[in-house]
Amino acid sequence: MPENTSRRGLLFGAAAVSTGAFLTACTSNDPKESSDDDAKDAPVADEKPGKKVTIGFAGPQADHGWLNAINVQARARAKKYKDVTLEITEGSNDTAAQIGQIDTLINKKVDVLVILPADGKAMTQAGLKAMRAGIPVVNLDRIFDNPQAYRCWVGGDNYGMGLNAGHFIGEQLKDKKNAKVVELAGVDNLELTKQRTQGFDAALKNYPNIKKVARQAADFTVESGQSKMSQLLQAQKSFDALWNHDDDQGVGALRAIKQAGRDEFLMVGGAGAKSAMDAIKADNSVLKATVLYPPTMAASAIDLARALGQDKGISGLAEFEIPTSLTLYSAVVTKDNVEEYLPTGFK
Amino acid sequence: MTQSASPAKEDGGSGPGPGTWKRTAKSGGEGPARTAFFRADVRTLSLIGVLAVLAVIGGVTKPDQFLDTSNLQLILTLASIIGVVTVGMTFVIVGGGIDLSVGAIVALASVWATTVATQEYGFAGILFTSIVVGVACGLVNGVLVAYGKMVAFIATLAMMASARGLALQITGGNTQTVEISSVLDLHARESYVLGIPPLVLIFAAVTVIGWLVLNRTTFGRRTVAIGGNPEAARLAGIDVRRQRLYLYLLSGLCCGIAAFMLIVLSGSGQNTNGNLYELDAIAAAIIGGTLLTGGRGTIVGSVLGVLIFTTISNIFVLNNLETAVQQIAKGAIIVAAVLVQRRTSTE
Repeated sequence: MPENTSRRGLLFGAAAVSTGAFLTACTSNDPKESSDDDAKDAPVADEKPGKKVTIGFAGPQADHGWLNAINVQARARAKKYKDVTLEITEGSNDTAAQIGQIDTLINKKVDVLVILPADGKAMTQAGLKAMRAGIPVVNLDRIFDNPQAYRCWVGGDNYGMGLNAGHFIGEQLKDKKNAKVVELAGVDNLELTKQRTQGFDAALKNYPNIKKVARQAADFTVESGQSKMSQLLQAQKSFDALWNHDDDQGVGALRAIKQAGRDEFLMVGGAGAKSAMDAIKADNSVLKATVLYPPTMAASAIDLARALGQDKGISGLAEFEIPTSLTLYSAVVTKDNVEEYLPTGFK
Repeated sequence: MTQSASPAKEDGGSGPGPGTWKRTAKSGGEGPARTAFFRADVRTLSLIGVLAVLAVIGGVTKPDQFLDTSNLQLILTLASIIGVVTVGMTFVIVGGGIDLSVGAIVALASVWATTVATQEYGFAGILFTSIVVGVACGLVNGVLVAYGKMVAFIATLAMMASARGLALQITGGNTQTVEISSVLDLHARESYVLGIPPLVLIFAAVTVIGWLVLNRTTFGRRTVAIGGNPEAARLAGIDVRRQRLYLYLLSGLCCGIAAFMLIVLSGSGQNTNGNLYELDAIAAAIIGGTLLTGGRGTIVGSVLGVLIFTTISNIFVLNNLETAVQQIAKGAIIVAAVLVQRRTSTE
């Protein structure tokens, strides 16, 4: 029985995709040809109510600050638009459960899907299914294995995060001989942790006077941050800079640094928590900067989904269509620009 | 009573039953009791031997950082929280049960005690809430297992899921930082008593009380009896169900104390706190010589088990080794410890 349904679904899906593709190709080209220089490719930034769009949103369980901020950002953005209805599912970290939720959203015939998979690779089939059913998918952050599983991917840049953290530290220490750097990484068996470290190492290579003397992995929790940092401080009696991958575990790391009474180094955080930004603003601890992994990407995903649902393009670009991939920049937040970013900081 | 509770855990052994039981309970008796004392000593000595070997490894690889008062303080501090949980866990396991919910209870208690509302009541409010929440969760576990006749594994698994869920519900995924200085200062260097951090003193007190209760009271003897042979214990007039209830209450109490200690150490409450505590506590108890099937176990062994794990992790961090290597070593040590124990108990 379930096999029958899925086979039928597949048939319909394939048909829907081909007709869908055909139709979109027609609609988007027609007005362009008729009015060449006219910027009629309605920009996304347009806040005027347009065609009604129902957006389905499926994300993992918001069990830490950043993911929670993702939900908040998505909800707030959707509320801003009168023409958008947001169907948000109960977050789940279980791949099977999330596939079920996406099936439900497909059956409800939402116009566009925004999916932040619990596990990108494992969820690829769910993305493919939605695309075959003619529902464009905006893949948020954790990328699917197959480009056919999404219409547009928008997400952060873990490698870039490491790169920017490394460059910032490099610039701060460039006049210092034999500078020592310590890295407090996140969960070590995640791909994103590897990418952040690769980026960080690549940036540090530009500064021959800097050496990374230690790297330990915590697991994104305050508790692990406190525990690993206190031991790193014991291991390294003196160093010049610390990059901590994640501001949540950074709360624990800062506590360990305070408990040990150390302040000879500068610390750079990661992700962009409000507590970290507050500390940077107050400028009374070793924390001098944090590298963003912006949760505002969820708001951008809603923008993109709305534009896809309304067959519009993106403003400020010459392209008629929405790009297939958008990698966000990991800005370095320091005392100088913290005011600008504070509203995006998550708890 | 002592006689009827005899058929203890050593299966296959054709030795005298009563002797086996007395050995574990350390209750009177001449010949068997002396061998029992000797055996317990061998086990404890072997654990102390392992610690000594680790100390040598640490001292040789990182003499400056490892052999240092501040590092000793650090190891004891990091061991203190999981140590308190392990003392409670040892009682439950000796009594023939298991408590999979300890990590989740620590998370829930730490989160509940750090809400804005609780923090208004200051130090006392946080301490009181941590302990009451821990005990309440233990009460639910105890009632389900003892009077609801649920298998301990299932009942505490259910508690693990729901306590974590409730913790997430309360925080909404946010990290709740503590701003009360009397709580934070408890782990400041100025609060150390004769160089011993207060958290370590709490751990020591819990250990001593736990040892006294298990070895020197009727409560302790009853615990061993219901773990060794509940039917015999019942026939001997012990209220097995009430005793079971007490054991889960005790474990809950330890979790509450641990939650408070964690709040002091990390300066925050987070729903991800206490991650995998259940496994760490069970592993420490097992390598300490507690039988997973109940009826035998020592507080000293469990505490040594905790210290061994903490010291290993400390040596790994000081030597800047990877997380993966650390996990492999941990697994290997559990297997080795259990194999050695089987040898000593069947010989």
